[in-house]
Amino acid sequence: MFRRSGGQCVATFAYDEVRVLRKVAAEVVGLLTDGMDHTDPVVDRLFPDIYPDRPEDSQEFRLYTEGDLKTAKIDQAGAILAALPDEGEGEVRLDGEAAEAWLRAINDARLAMGTRLEIQADTDLADELDEAVLEDPGSSRVFQLSVYAYLGYLQESLLNALPEIK
Amino acid sequence: MALPQVAPVETPEIEEVPAEDRPWVTIVWDDPVNLMSYVTWVFQKLFGYSKEKAEQLMMDVHTKGKAVVSSGARERMEMDANQLHGYGLWATVDRA
Repeated sequence: MFRRSGGQCVATFAYDEVRVLRKVAAEVVGLLTDGMDHTDPVVDRLFPDIYPDRPEDSQEFRLYTEGDLKTAKIDQAGAILAALPDEGEGEVRLDGEAAEAWLRAINDARLAMGTRLEIQADTDLADELDEAVLEDPGSSRVFQLSVYAYLGYLQESLLNALPEIK
Repeated sequence: MALPQVAPVETPEIEEVPAEDRPWVTIVWDDPVNLMSYVTWVFQKLFGYSKEKAEQLMMDVHTKGKAVVSSGARERMEMDANQLHGYGLWATVDRA
């Protein structure tokens, strides 16, 4: 988890955390670089229609903006990969700009995972995880839910480690 | 002496308020994933709102399902919504 130290946001990640963060960031990059399928609810959530009732206007706006938005999202996921140790455990120190990229990228990853996991407003993550463990402790859903919860804590810790906005 | 020649006025209906000057709004919708603290931070960061105002807007989104976060010319609202999408917030544009 992040803390504030010497004007930077600092975290020490264990081996497994580095591996999970690399995997999550790479998955976001993969989602954005493969031909994006707008019928995929994850793509729909990351690139919402700007005019819900006017598909043609939304489409036209998308034509002009989606490329840049996609590049920005790939870059911010790249900021996670760039700051992490190549392998094994290690410390990550982020200046203001890098911390913002991390926040945005963690958020994209949470949106993607939350959409796939069908997280709802009234979803209790702990209950959900208990249920999934009872069903099959080795399931992919257990892993996904754990990572999703972890990313939420990580994002919150990074927000708390940022300097107060004046 | 001849009066200076004046170019004919071609668009007498120009008095109408141009569409781009009519007020539009950017709306942020509630979603089950984004952290409340993150949404507040985005409003502060992007719009320069005070922490109090940003928190109030975030609570409006959370409790009412949506909130108007900015208003003005259409192009400006499209830019705001696009930037909000960059932060992962669910934003749309509509007429005020």
